[in-house]
This record gives sequence, structure tokens and C-alpha cells, in this order.
Amino acid sequence: MAEFLQFTFSGLTVGAIYALVALGFTLIYNASDVINFAQGEFVMLGGMVTVFAAAAGIPLPLAALLAIAVAVTVGMLLHRLAIEPARGATAVTLIIITIGASILLRGLAATFFDKNFHSLPPLIRSEPWMVGGAALLPQSVVVLIGTAVIVAALWSFLTRTMTGKAMLATASNRLAARLVGINTSAIVGLSFMVSAAIGAIGGILAAPITLTNYDVGTLLALKAFAAAMLGGMGNPLGAVAGGLLLGLLEAFGAGYLSSQYKDAIAFIVILFVLFVRPQGLFGKIGVERV
Amino acid sequence: MLAVENLTSRYGRIEVLHGVSFNVNAGEIVTLVGANGAGKTTLLRAISGVQPISSGFIHFAGENIEIAPAHTRVTRGIAQVPEGRQIFAPLSVEDNLRLGAYARSDGDISTDLDGVYATFPLLFEKRRNQAGALSGGQQQMLAIGRALMARPKLMLLDEPSMGLAPILVDQIFAIIADFKQRGLTVLLVEQNAYAALAIADRGYVMETGRITMDGTGEALLHDDRVRSAFLGL
Repeated sequence: MAEFLQFTFSGLTVGAIYALVALGFTLIYNASDVINFAQGEFVMLGGMVTVFAAAAGIPLPLAALLAIAVAVTVGMLLHRLAIEPARGATAVTLIIITIGASILLRGLAATFFDKNFHSLPPLIRSEPWMVGGAALLPQSVVVLIGTAVIVAALWSFLTRTMTGKAMLATASNRLAARLVGINTSAIVGLSFMVSAAIGAIGGILAAPITLTNYDVGTLLALKAFAAAMLGGMGNPLGAVAGGLLLGLLEAFGAGYLSSQYKDAIAFIVILFVLFVRPQGLFGKIGVERV
Repeated sequence: MLAVENLTSRYGRIEVLHGVSFNVNAGEIVTLVGANGAGKTTLLRAISGVQPISSGFIHFAGENIEIAPAHTRVTRGIAQVPEGRQIFAPLSVEDNLRLGAYARSDGDISTDLDGVYATFPLLFEKRRNQAGALSGGQQQMLAIGRALMARPKLMLLDEPSMGLAPILVDQIFAIIADFKQRGLTVLLVEQNAYAALAIADRGYVMETGRITMDGTGEALLHDDRVRSAFLGL
């Protein structure tokens, strides 16, 4: 029982980070049909900029805000300089552009920062709490609460504000969105910036537990992509559920089977989804009306 | 109010509009009739700025707008009810209507919302429902209501009667004829040439990317060529 609880805690913590990155995928995918494989780099920037800004003597909360600002700026530039000029290109071309951007960002981070692993001090400095014989890190709770707050904030942005509704409208019907006077290219830009902010916050929250380095985004992006596919690409709630589920599957797989296969689980999930349920758990089956 | 000059537009290498020129005066209902594939939808989309043009001019309210981005054309007063309704299916009926006023900077949106609900009482009853759950006719009314929310000077309507029951078709045409009393200028694209010409001040006939005839609605309605080609008479 203690073992089960322990795997659940660590699964949910890692799953929450997958959920945030998957949410970022979903936002951009909905607004533009682009799967942004540089999504993991936003997470990396969140962690790395905070680490180096804090090391330079900036107080931690300010360093975290700076990191979010840097990620948002990078997200904006990625859209403005790489995605927007290629407007009208096929989705595959745009996806390859994001892969290129991700390699560039990783290279810049390796040069500008370094190639070592770094950690951040946890938000709450205390011993792990013992719950039913399992250790629960206070930072895990911070990650889970942080994720819940972000999901709730995003939800109210999308359903309560006119800009959020314009984002949903763009996702649902781009032609109609343009015809009612929505600047859809600005909306896509905004979705890149919001995704970058969400990714960066995830990176900052996770850094005390998972460590961070210049290369942390690569595997994270692929796993979060698997999570988004599992939940149903384009469905924000599916992304969150898919992320948490994938985190749990990994933790249980690593705990009960073998930790060597931990990273393979995400890819088995992709294959499983593609073979058995391509629309994901919560996705709708695509219907083309003629 | 609207003058289109020598407009050409293409999909890839295939030119679908070959130098189209026509005009719409303020307060008129002008209709474009023509068979499927004549380029009517492409023309309306080019006027709204969602279909790229390769040459030609579009003048609207004294300005050249052919290079203006689509969203600024809505601000200038051009709203479109697109072919196939194109409502925002997952959003509520009221959100669809409010998004119609997205490009407006003035705050008085609730007055217009009440106005749309007065014209389409059914939309008021269903204002909290998902737009995708409406029937075809209701969706068409929603699409018209959404365009009205932009407080347009010029309303472009693309096949508003398509796929509707005959009783609804009459209702839609009555509503469009009523726009004129409100001082709205209308450019109506229709395959239902008879009903469109009957309410139009003037009409243009479009065939394979060109305008081949023009005249008053009345004159076209009685023209032998139009009667044989589009009215089946």
C-alpha cells in the first residue's frame, strides 16, 4: 500500500508537468493546427533562466517572473519570426520549423548557460510528509496546486473574456473568425505566448524535483505530445487528463515492472493510441463533411 | 458604396475570377446570380479579404481596401454571412452573437443584442445553448444575427437559403428585404435566382468567373436568357 501511494504521488507530480506541456500543445494546435515541438524548450527556459537569474543575485520570485517573461518573449518571437512568415505552408512544414526552433533554442541555452544539471530550492522547505507510509514531497503538492491554478485560470480566460472566446472561435472556425473581424494571426501569436508562459511555470515548479538542464525539454515535449494524443489532440481537459494518466503509467511501470522501461512507456502509449483509438480518450472522431 | 474593378483571383495556378467589375450603391439590394462554380463565393470572400486577389481594386466608402487585412474590413463596415453558415459550433448562441461585435470598439453591444433577439426571438430562447445544437434554419438566423452585431454598412450574404425548408426560405428573404428599410446595403449571392431577383434592386449574372449580364432585378427576372439558364422557365 505504501508502495502504491508512493508511485501515485510521484506519478501525479510528473504527470502534472506533462499536463502543463500538453496543455501548451493543445492551445497552439487549436489556434493554428501546428504541433509546436519547441514546447519543451519553454519548460527548459523557465527552469534555466530562473536558476541563472537567481545565481546572479536576483531574488527567487523576481527570477521566476523574469524566466516567464523570457519564455513569453521567445514564444512571441518564434511566432513572429518563424511561424508567421511561413503562413499558408502545410502543417508538416510548420511542425518541422518548430523542431528547428527547438534545436536552436537548446543550442543557445547550452552556449549561453551551460550543460550542467541545476536545481532550485523548493518553495516550501520542509521534510517530506509521511502519508500512509509513503513520502510526499511538499514541492509535489506545490506542483499539483500550481497546475490546478493554471488550468483554472486558463479555463476562466477562455470562457469569461472576449479575447479568450475569440481564441475558442478561431479554434472552432478560422474562416468565420476572420469574417467577424478577429485578427486570427494575433490570436495565434497570443496562443504561443500563453503556451510559453504555461510551459515556463511548469519548468519553474518542477525544477526543485526533477532538476533542469539545457536538454530537459526534448524528452518532455515528446512525452507531453504522447499525453496530448492520449487525451485527444485539441481537447484541453483531455490534455490535462492525458498528462496525469501518462505520469501515473510511467510511475507504476517504473515501480512494478522495471525503471529501465520508464521512458519507453510514453512511446508505447503513442503507438497504442494510434492503433486502437486515434482520436484519443476524449477526442472527437474527425468527420469531413462534403 | 462598393466598387469592384477588374478583380482577378486564383486558387494556386487556376484563375477563378477573370477581371470582375461591378458596383453596389448605398441603400441598394444587389444580387449576384449564377450557377455553381461561377466564382460567386470567391468574389464575396475576396471582398471580405479572406481570399487573396491577384489584381484589381476594391473601393469601399471612398477608400481602397484591396490590401487591407480581413479584420480591418469588418471595422470599416463590411460583414459577411458566409456560405454554409460557419457558426462557432462549440460556443453558446449568445457568445456567437457577441463575437459578431468583436471588431467594434464602441461599448453599446447589449442594445444590438436585444435588436437581434427581437428579430429572431428563437435565438433568445436558445441563447445559452450550444450553437452547434441548433437546426439548420436556426443556425442561418444565428449567422445573420452575428453579422448584424458588427453594425455593418454593407452586408454580404452567401447562399442564405441553401438547404433550408421552403417556409424558412421565404422568412429569410423577407428579413433580407427588411434590411433595406433599416438603411443597410446588401450584396446577396444566390442560386435561388428567382427569389433573389424578386427582392433585388439590381442584379448581375456571373458565369465562369465573369459578369455576363446586369440590369434591374425586374429586367433580369424577365430576360429570356436568364429565364432559361437559371429559372428553368
